[in-house]
Amino acid sequence: MFKVVERSMIVPNVHLLTIEASEVAQAARPGNFIILRPDEQGERIPLTIADWDVSAGTVTSLFVQVGASTAKLARLKAGDTIPTFAGPLGNETEIAKFGTVVLVGGCYGIGAIYPIARALKAAGNRVFALIEARSSFALYWEDRLKTVCERVLVISRDGSRGYKGHVTRLAEILATEKIKPDRLIAYGCTYQMMEVSRQTKPLGIKTIVSMNPIMIDGTGMCGVCRLTVAGETKFACVDGPEFDGHEVDWEEFLARRESYNAEEVEPLHRSGSCSHF
Amino acid sequence: MSPLDLVKRPMPKQEPFERVRNFDEVALGYSVELAREEAGRCLDCKKPGCVGGCPVGIDIPGFIHCITEGDFAGGIRAIKQTNALPAVCGRVCPQEEQCEMQCILRKKGESVAIGRLERFLADWEAAQETTEAPPLPPLNGRSIAIVGSGPAGITVAADLALRGYKITMFEALHEAGGVLTYGIPEFRLPKAIVRREVQYVRSLGVDLRLDFVVGKTRTMDALLESFDAVFVGAGAGLPWFMDIPGENLNGVYSANEYLTRCNLMRGFRFPAFDTPLKRSARVAVFGGGNVAMDSARTALRLGADEVHIVYRRSHDELPARAEEVENAEEEGVMFDFLTLPVRLIGNERGWLTEIECRRMELGEPDASGRRRPIEVAGSEFMMRMDASVCAIGNSPNPLIPMTTPGLEVGKRGNIVADEETGLTSRRRVWAGGDVVTGAATVISAMGAGRRAAQSIHEALSGAK
Repeated sequence: MFKVVERSMIVPNVHLLTIEASEVAQAARPGNFIILRPDEQGERIPLTIADWDVSAGTVTSLFVQVGASTAKLARLKAGDTIPTFAGPLGNETEIAKFGTVVLVGGCYGIGAIYPIARALKAAGNRVFALIEARSSFALYWEDRLKTVCERVLVISRDGSRGYKGHVTRLAEILATEKIKPDRLIAYGCTYQMMEVSRQTKPLGIKTIVSMNPIMIDGTGMCGVCRLTVAGETKFACVDGPEFDGHEVDWEEFLARRESYNAEEVEPLHRSGSCSHF
Repeated sequence: MSPLDLVKRPMPKQEPFERVRNFDEVALGYSVELAREEAGRCLDCKKPGCVGGCPVGIDIPGFIHCITEGDFAGGIRAIKQTNALPAVCGRVCPQEEQCEMQCILRKKGESVAIGRLERFLADWEAAQETTEAPPLPPLNGRSIAIVGSGPAGITVAADLALRGYKITMFEALHEAGGVLTYGIPEFRLPKAIVRREVQYVRSLGVDLRLDFVVGKTRTMDALLESFDAVFVGAGAGLPWFMDIPGENLNGVYSANEYLTRCNLMRGFRFPAFDTPLKRSARVAVFGGGNVAMDSARTALRLGADEVHIVYRRSHDELPARAEEVENAEEEGVMFDFLTLPVRLIGNERGWLTEIECRRMELGEPDASGRRRPIEVAGSEFMMRMDASVCAIGNSPNPLIPMTTPGLEVGKRGNIVADEETGLTSRRRVWAGGDVVTGAATVISAMGAGRRAAQSIHEALSGAK
């Protein structure tokens, strides 16, 4: 069993979860993910590692509450235990001296890009973060990102902070800010990463995205996380989760991600934990 | 001398119409009377062929003799001298190709039902209030890491624990048992039985670490710093697909995914358990082995209207056990022999709707000795399906080879290990089971585990 050190909603619908798992903390690297189960009946849920503390033996992730399983996670309290916490899984982010790197983060990705920014800065890069949210109140970890980034740029859908709109303005923002990235890394929802890749392709900017398909074991055993990259089938869990965003078959990926939407909703009706449906 | 009794006592089973609606075990097991009658058929040969046919060399006439005497405790003790998993082996070993094939009675009629008798003793023991634990020697100061808690790993763990080694068994998933837990369905191998066998191994002092992914949570090199030897039994956990268009459509599963959702994650009890498993109406399963039979019978139990096994050769070449084919036929699985899927077709939302297939005919025997299937030109036709399950095999799991420098790997990603000893190209690292051979049987993995345990013991103690 693994102890919950903290579970808090840091902005509406985005939760921070810190778990005591010293072996995972010791091995964690930027870009890795973990798989957990909220309880004995629960699904195996993959979450990107957003931070870790080797001395305290803890691992932190962020998640967005979307369905029945994440609703269970959102009910955890400090001191509770969860039955499964396995990792770190997936390949780590490639860290080297690239020059200028822009990290794009949305929803859970705002947290997920933090350790990557830290490692890239330590490797001697100029690091910029571009974070996006619905509104100013949905932004978080800006201060933490500032400690490892040259600048943190903001896009809000309602214009309450920074640029108004969506990552569809990415190319324009880079031009306005006179940032010429040698590499761009995006963490966030599928549409965000797809749009970022669409924007950077004509600019010839190498773009890395972290794919977040449905997974079960996370060790290459089941193949549910497969996607097409450069015309070849890859397993996100062992070949990724990061891939070149210009080579991903996004349409297929979106269809596969949505394959269990109906079942995500069904248990909510039963549990009465959510009134949106 | 009484005349030879040439007919096996049949295994009581759930009726097909009943069992397709539940996930309970199909074969119900022998009663005491049936077991003693069946055991009485054994001729107690001086040179028993059956023992030679068993990959772990169980004292078969010995335990059968105990059954005829009504000494069931003695019988289970005889089995456990060389087999830590009798309840599993009694159910899933291909006895017809091993011990039972060597039975002298086959010259005139049917062999003794060795597997059923083994199962009888294991189930008898489970029904007792206390289980006899074998005496454990004092710890010898040596420690062994075992990677994977499937049949190979469990065998090594039990063998070496009984010789005084301190054993830590690492399992990547949240339940021990490997393919016994995630792969073989409840109706063929109830998970309560697997848990009981795992519990037995833990009672020998084996420390089980779940959710621990060797290669990721800790590398092999790090393990070698804290253990005297490592045994890798990580299984054949990388599913093959057919490499035909449309395989990434929704509704297209690997058998590993389909069975894992059902068995490990209890998807058949959704929504009581959270992991969903689609209730598909028309399901095609590609392949002809035991995993294909398991997938097809799972689909029926999930409520499919029609389930087809699509196999490119004919009935005679099916690699599945005859017993499993018969079970599938009785339950209403349809067999499309000499049929090759060539293309999967989906709707605008990315869901499988149709499968294009081609007819095959059998030519000359190939390297495997089976007649080679040849495509019949222009024979394409469509099958309307809303799910397909690909059960054509697996490669060894890549995580350990990927993260272990200097570990020699074969063409298909298998760890290269000496057939006799299991020793790999890395010092102090042994391997066995499907991670070496590719997908094979439970008992062959146990046999490899047995040989590796012996080799590890010889290497660490200098003993022969």
